[in-house]
Amino acid sequence: MSAATLFGVCSAALVGLGLYGLIIHPQPLRKILAFNLLGSGVFLLFGVIARRGAASGLGGDPVPQALVITGIVVAFSATALAVALLLRLFHETGRTTLNADAPKNSSDNPPRKSPDS
Amino acid sequence: MMSDSAAFSGATTPGGFLLVLAVGVPTAGMLLSLALGGRLAVRTALFILPVGLGLAFAIVIGVWRSGGPLVYFLGGWAPPLGLALRADGLSAAMLLTTAIVVCATGLYARAAFPMPPGVSEARAPLVFWVLLMAVWAALNLVFLGDDLFNLYVALELLTFAAVPLVCLDGRAETLAAALRYLLFALLGSVLYLLGTALLYGGYGTLDIFLLFGRIRPELVAFIAVGLMTTGLLAKTALFPLHLWLPPAHAGAPPAASAMLSGLVVKGSFFLVVRLWFDVMPWLLNQAASQILSTLGAGAILVGSVLALRQARLKLLIAYSTIAQIGYLFLMFPLASGSTSAQFGSNAALTGGFLQAISHAFAKAAMFMSAGLMAEALGHDRIAELRGVGQMLPVTVFAFGAAALSLIGLPPSGGFVAKWLLLTAVITAGQWWWALVMLVGGLLAGGYMFRVLARAMANAAEPLIPRMSVPRSRELVALALALCSMLLGLIPLRAFDLLRIGRQHASQAIAKSPCPISAAPNAAFVPLHLAGSR
Amino acid sequence: MTIASALYIGLAVLVLALASWTIFAQDDYAAIVGFVTYGLLLSLVWVSLSSHDIALTEAAIGGGVTGVLLLGAGARLRGAREPTGLERPGIARRVSAAALCTLISVGLALTVLILPEPAPTLAPSATANLAATQMGNPVSAVLLAYRALDTLLESAVLPLALIGVWSLASDRFWGGRPGLQYRADREGVLAFLAQLLSPFGVLMGIYMVWIGADHPGGKFQGGTILAAMWILTRMAGITDTPPISRRWLRIVLITGPAVFLAIGLAGFAIPGTFLAYPAGFAKPIILIIEAAMTPSIAATLALLLAGPPERKPNG
Repeated sequence: MSAATLFGVCSAALVGLGLYGLIIHPQPLRKILAFNLLGSGVFLLFGVIARRGAASGLGGDPVPQALVITGIVVAFSATALAVALLLRLFHETGRTTLNADAPKNSSDNPPRKSPDS
Repeated sequence: MMSDSAAFSGATTPGGFLLVLAVGVPTAGMLLSLALGGRLAVRTALFILPVGLGLAFAIVIGVWRSGGPLVYFLGGWAPPLGLALRADGLSAAMLLTTAIVVCATGLYARAAFPMPPGVSEARAPLVFWVLLMAVWAALNLVFLGDDLFNLYVALELLTFAAVPLVCLDGRAETLAAALRYLLFALLGSVLYLLGTALLYGGYGTLDIFLLFGRIRPELVAFIAVGLMTTGLLAKTALFPLHLWLPPAHAGAPPAASAMLSGLVVKGSFFLVVRLWFDVMPWLLNQAASQILSTLGAGAILVGSVLALRQARLKLLIAYSTIAQIGYLFLMFPLASGSTSAQFGSNAALTGGFLQAISHAFAKAAMFMSAGLMAEALGHDRIAELRGVGQMLPVTVFAFGAAALSLIGLPPSGGFVAKWLLLTAVITAGQWWWALVMLVGGLLAGGYMFRVLARAMANAAEPLIPRMSVPRSRELVALALALCSMLLGLIPLRAFDLLRIGRQHASQAIAKSPCPISAAPNAAFVPLHLAGSR
Repeated sequence: MTIASALYIGLAVLVLALASWTIFAQDDYAAIVGFVTYGLLLSLVWVSLSSHDIALTEAAIGGGVTGVLLLGAGARLRGAREPTGLERPGIARRVSAAALCTLISVGLALTVLILPEPAPTLAPSATANLAATQMGNPVSAVLLAYRALDTLLESAVLPLALIGVWSLASDRFWGGRPGLQYRADREGVLAFLAQLLSPFGVLMGIYMVWIGADHPGGKFQGGTILAAMWILTRMAGITDTPPISRRWLRIVLITGPAVFLAIGLAGFAIPGTFLAYPAGFAKPIILIIEAAMTPSIAATLALLLAGPPERKPNG
């Protein structure tokens, strides 16, 4: 079994694990972790495809490798934004669950500025 | 068609540079606004608005005149190694719609997000104007991109620009809504990326037209399109993945809601169309397209019923968005069919896109009007809207005109769209969709009437607005609503624009499901001449 | 079974074990630590797949910076209330989710196994055109020449995400310094490490950017090392984040994408195509782009980690 096939199956397992974590966990922080796991599984799949495309003296097809590098940077940006949102939500409410209060039916004109912390 | 095959033979068409500018100008605007900061940021954004609008017009005229798509190979490298931008009729129409709605939003938001006097820079205005440019750049790229990974980056750009707009006011509810939106959107992107990986692994290219030539109806293609479509449906908030949309769109400031409901959800919808109509058109003949339209029907019914039950105006409008998105997906099974039914299949595509465009105008107008009413009244409770009609007649008229378009009354764009879809339904013989559309129209009439009846009723004594509402803002909302209303008056021949660049796809739909075998594996292969089948 | 394949199998097992730990651990902080370790092990997986550029990027960004970000978040969220019994998913939901995910995994694994042989690849055309780009590293050639638009957009995504993070500040803190101020013992180990390591780190980062044209490396990896050095000195209390209203900071942030975009637009004039490089000048121009992008990437990554402004501008 070559490295590519082995890690290909591994990436499928990672995708499944990440998706499970994303669906199951109620806390957003765990969802973010699971999303990162899921993302890395997808990148690993790209890497396996790159490895399978090794030709003309290269160890792998460079195009999927470049896509993964772009993807890792974008995934980090997404994580940073999500974490910042989560921390701000925690700061405002003291809770980290998303299902807390549905928008009440009695909202007045929302304040333009954010409330003083 | 001559220019269609020119695009396929692998060359940049004259006028292709406009595509680069359509993405580059808003991006430059975003970067400049960030660097300059303060009042200069607002002025930069306001300066970019007419430039972008002009570019969109130029592209539409370019596509219309040449009768074929505009193509641009970036850096001179041809796909599959390089990237291309491509504007066919659908792209051009969406580019123009986006430009008009963004410009209107910018004009509307001048009073909502000015830099306050006394400080050099404030948070909400700077963030709003920078993100306005970013949403525009991202949407233009979604409509013009021809490479699936490039489109992934465009989707992420769109998400990062849209999410902070939801929680711009900083309340806990909107923060939670924004986080939920972000998580759904990220799930969507990663599923899309997974499908892209499979497509590259199977066919060695991510360029849409090269893929069209190489792809075959096999397991890899089915799993990939299933994953990608699921991801894109999560971003488009199609039932049952719609839970994130109402709190997000209702919680955002009205100018942002106008863009979010009108344009941002159409971006991921556009990619579903690209996948199903351009990469694998034979998929439309399969039962899979019935799944999409069933979900669409579910969205229409669930969204409309929930809209009837809302007590707050902005939430009602958000649920109405969910319902109207459902109409967009009805066109998928109707666009299949034999050669003789080509009129029907064209009617379905035209109807679906007309629905998207007129909904963009109408929904933006609606959110803007609701925003003005909320500012004047201090709240957006539907039960207490009496007297608003006397206080803000232009605003309520704009709301009413937009509502008529959403319900689908003549001569609005919504009416023509639904009429075209009904024509396609009859041609295809799938009458049950007509029933769904009828029920949807009735329900839409119901919840819109609820609002309008209250708003136009006279209050016991005339209401005094909390804040003065400048006439210019009302007129912007009215202008958008009239765009949607009068879209139906455009001669039907003008909608031939939407058919430019679709030769290969309609032929593939008409013929048997299996396209001819893959192109060879080298780069710089001239784009597969799909005309020769 | 050769040593190599035994190693790979061991690596795969470890990676899956750590991934399962990340998902199933009860304590949030433990899960995050597991994830950081997972990221670092994943770099080894990348090396075994002969993707050295990705290995560097994964170690730097995937495991490194993301790990720091999540550890910081985990620490700040330690006081959060645990989800109540109502919010925990029931057994039915867990089973159906597990079934769905297993189905997807199995389907994916099957698809991977039946991917066409020989695999379609762009490696031949990438190497064939490498001479025109004057670069030795084909991955860098893809990033900066063949698919340059992807990199240009990605360089615009970073400041966009940063603006999104900044937008979460309170109004009164707008224009202030991101993050809290670290106070570390000036005579302690952390300050010593920061003072000792950062010059070497800066040197290494610049070297990695330079070498990326011909060998594994590049601006993302090098920029991350530079960002890491800044973060280290910040944590040691030696430096502090600048106020976000500073004009020079804004200019540093947009220099990368702006220079890239400008060079791309200049391509209209000279070689005649957007993002094309004039023949013979490809490498110098690419180096200019990388040099402009590295400080932007470093600053943006470090500020994404720092978070929204939390201190008044004069504080």
